[in-house]
Amino acid sequence: MAVRIVLLGRLADMAGTGELEMPAPLEWAGLLAALPDDLAAEVSGERIRLALDGQVLAAKEDLQAQDGSEVALLPPVSGG
Amino acid sequence: MALDVALLEKGFSPGKALGLFAKAHPEAGAIASFVGKVRPDGDVKALELTHYAPLTLPGMEALAERAAQRWTLDGLLVRHRIGMLRPGAPIVLVAAAARHRRDAIAAVDFTMDHLKSDAFFWKRERRGTGRSGAWHWIEPREQDAADLARWK
Repeated sequence: MAVRIVLLGRLADMAGTGELEMPAPLEWAGLLAALPDDLAAEVSGERIRLALDGQVLAAKEDLQAQDGSEVALLPPVSGG
Repeated sequence: MALDVALLEKGFSPGKALGLFAKAHPEAGAIASFVGKVRPDGDVKALELTHYAPLTLPGMEALAERAAQRWTLDGLLVRHRIGMLRPGAPIVLVAAAARHRRDAIAAVDFTMDHLKSDAFFWKRERRGTGRSGAWHWIEPREQDAADLARWK
C-alpha cells in the first residue's frame, strides 16, 4: 500500500503527471525529499496548500499520511 | 431556504436555469443574478477548468451555507462549469432570491468573490493556433484578493 499524491493545476504540468505514489507513512519532509528539486521548491512556497483525505491542512508540516491516504498539492485557485 | 449548488461538466443555459429558479421562488420580491462567461477577446481559443472532487463541491456547498446565514434569503442557486469551454460560453451562474433587493445583491456579490478566489478551481487558457498554440495557467489577480478581503 502507498500514499497517493494528487497534483493540481500547474503543479501537474511541472511534474508531467497528475498523480504520484509514495510509500506510507509519509510526512511533509519525506514528501519534499521524494519530489524532483524544481517541484519541491515550488510546493515549499507559502501559496501552495496541502490537503489530506479531503481536508486542507492548516500547516503543511502537519502532514501525517498513512496507507491508502490521498494527499493533494493545491496551487493558488482561480475560479469564476 | 433552498440551496441549489452544482458542478456542471457540460454547457448550460443560464437563462433557463434562472427561469426555473424564479419559478421555484414565487414568494421572492427580489432576484439578483450574475453570469460569468469566457471572455471572447484576444487570441484565446479555449478555457479549461479543473477541480478536485474531494474539496470543490463540498467547499461550494459550505460557501452557499455561509451566504444563507449572512443574509435573509429564500433561495440561492450556484452553477459552475468544469472541463473545456469555448469563448463566450457561460462558466458560472449565481442567483439569490430574497424578500428585498439588498440581501439578494449582496449574497450574489459575496458568493462570486469567494468562487473567484476561495473555491477549488484551476483555470488555464489556450492561446494561439496550431503549432504556435499553448496553454497558460491563469493566476489569481491582486484585485481578486482585495475583493475577497471586503467580506472579512
